[in-house]
Amino acid sequence: MSGMVEKRGIGTWLTHLSLIAGIAAICFPIYVAFVASTVTQPEIARPPMPLLPGSHFLENYGTALSQGINSPVWLMLMNSSIMALGIAIGKIAISILSAYAIVYFRFPFRMVFFWLIFLTLMLPVEVRIVPTYEVAAGFGMLNSYSGLILPLIASATATFLFRQFFLTVPDELIEAARVDGAGPIRFFIDILLPMSRTNIAALFVILFIYGWNQYLWPLLITTKPEMNTIVMGIKQMFPSGDDVAEWPVIMATALMAMLPPVAVVVFMQGLFVKGLVDTEK
Amino acid sequence: MAQIAFSNLRKSYGKTEVIHGVDTHINDGELIVIVGPSGCGKSTLLRMVAGLETVTSGEIRIDGRVVNDLEPRERDIAMVFQNYALYPHMSVFDNMAYGLKIAKVPQAEIRERVAVAAKMLELEPFLERKPRQLSGGQRQRVAMGRAIVRKPAVFLFDEPLSNLDAKLRVQMRVEIKTLQRRLGVTSLYVTHDQVEAMTLADRIIVMNGGVAEQIGTPLAVYEKPATTFVGGFIGSPPMNFLSVERLQGSGLAASFGEAAPTLAKTVGVRPEHLSFCGEGQAAWSGELVIVEALGAETLAHVRLDDGEVIIVRLDGGRTAPVGESRVHVTCEADKLHFFGTDEKRID
Ligand SMILES: Nc1ncnc2c1ncn2[C@@H]1O[C@H](COP(=O)(O)OP(=O)(O)OP(=O)(O)O)[C@@H](O)[C@H]1O
Ligand SMILES: [Mg+2]
Repeated sequence: MSGMVEKRGIGTWLTHLSLIAGIAAICFPIYVAFVASTVTQPEIARPPMPLLPGSHFLENYGTALSQGINSPVWLMLMNSSIMALGIAIGKIAISILSAYAIVYFRFPFRMVFFWLIFLTLMLPVEVRIVPTYEVAAGFGMLNSYSGLILPLIASATATFLFRQFFLTVPDELIEAARVDGAGPIRFFIDILLPMSRTNIAALFVILFIYGWNQYLWPLLITTKPEMNTIVMGIKQMFPSGDDVAEWPVIMATALMAMLPPVAVVVFMQGLFVKGLVDTEK
Repeated sequence: MAQIAFSNLRKSYGKTEVIHGVDTHINDGELIVIVGPSGCGKSTLLRMVAGLETVTSGEIRIDGRVVNDLEPRERDIAMVFQNYALYPHMSVFDNMAYGLKIAKVPQAEIRERVAVAAKMLELEPFLERKPRQLSGGQRQRVAMGRAIVRKPAVFLFDEPLSNLDAKLRVQMRVEIKTLQRRLGVTSLYVTHDQVEAMTLADRIIVMNGGVAEQIGTPLAVYEKPATTFVGGFIGSPPMNFLSVERLQGSGLAASFGEAAPTLAKTVGVRPEHLSFCGEGQAAWSGELVIVEALGAETLAHVRLDDGEVIIVRLDGGRTAPVGESRVHVTCEADKLHFFGTDEKRID
């Protein structure tokens, strides 16, 4: 008996030890970045690199937020937020509606449309980037939020996920709604949408981060500094040629760029766990 | 309150016809039970009345109005589904109120109507709960409540009790019957359980393979089954069927005279009308295979000489002549049912 407890004790210790080691391995670079964002440029340039936070936290973050290097970080954060939100919300809205149409309505070439949507899985932005740019430019969407958002908004993955979920909704429920007098739109808003909310929350997190991390597309479609997004902005902070890199400011920017996705994950986590615990069907 | 009429109602899926022309008239306030084996088309018939399934040909009339092409909501019906079909994300109150909300009934009246139904169904403590926080019986009641609050002209039930345990089923059966009496709403009730059919129905429609084989009161169906199928389906244990030739060779034929109709091919006799007797009066003889003592009744299985097994039902107190290798069975002549080569009853 006591042997078992002891063994379990060791097992717990080992588990925790390996978990802590893993977390440390992930967190150390972030910590170093944080340290770098609180000291001055000369301190970083002179080896050994400091491992304890310095006293220039407010100064560095203040500089980054208000001035940045090319454009102020607050502006880039805002641009990124608008783009990521637009992409996430837009993708969800479009894909849930197309899944609804494909699952519940019988229209000509329904399966053709489904497979067409499905096929676009094979065409991510990077593959179709030149023609997409051409079209976006033709619509005058360069240097605009719509240019950042719209070309990325169609999503075969999300459509497919919602389709699979809708297929699991029992037919009886739809029939009950019909008998209750709910037409297609009411059924969608009153019943299907609330039932999909955990799926929507999960997708929102994934798609928000997808949108936030976009690099190539914003690089192409925006030329004015005031339309820069944070991810491409960080890259552009690196000096070209022999200029000195403002490492404390760049690191402060990098850390701030992490915060919104983290906030979204933390905020949505409650919904996830709830969704996993009570399956409502 | 409404009358319902089917005239030559048919349903096909593609080329296969699954309902082969049903004709009947249902009176105001009647509770009609549609009973039959799995796949006979009970649900299809009910769903056509609900408007969830299109009518291939023929007519459904509710209060004289042809409803073939009306949407479910325009038919003034309410339906209780087998798996209850409660909206999982809505509270019990909202589940019951949803139909009324859509119909734009004023808030105060919705609250009043739900309160009345909740009281009737003893659901008052659960109004704020979600369906998943309820037991099967309570969910069943919510589903009924949702039907009641709408005050429809017709109730439709599709095997509403099949997910409940045996005891609860009996209890809910009584509740449904009481409620239906009290509200006086014309109801169609689908089940494959003949006991449920017998206890609930004002009239039974016995379906088999898409055909309504018999329509009548439970006792009429029991006492005068129109076909061998109905005789075998209604009643537990089922009616015994034997060929007429065996009867004519037996002692019963003497007392029965030449009454057996000439065209009769099969004779049916209910287990409770059979009894053991001496060799002299025997209509049939055979050996006792199994005796099932069920308490209130005892079922004796007798294998006749030609291998056919019949069931004799005795009162619980009486024991079958166990140990006797050979037993003799008889019955009163007027308890025999005759069926022709087409399986139809001959009177
Ligand atoms: N959508 C459909 N397409 C083709 N055939 C169907 C369809 N729905 C039902 N059927 C057929 O119609 C017949 C009647 O089905 P129905 O559901 O009415 O049976 P039921 O009497 O309710 O049986 P159960 O007691 O098992 O519910 C069955 O043979 C079934 O295979
Ligand atoms: Mg059925």
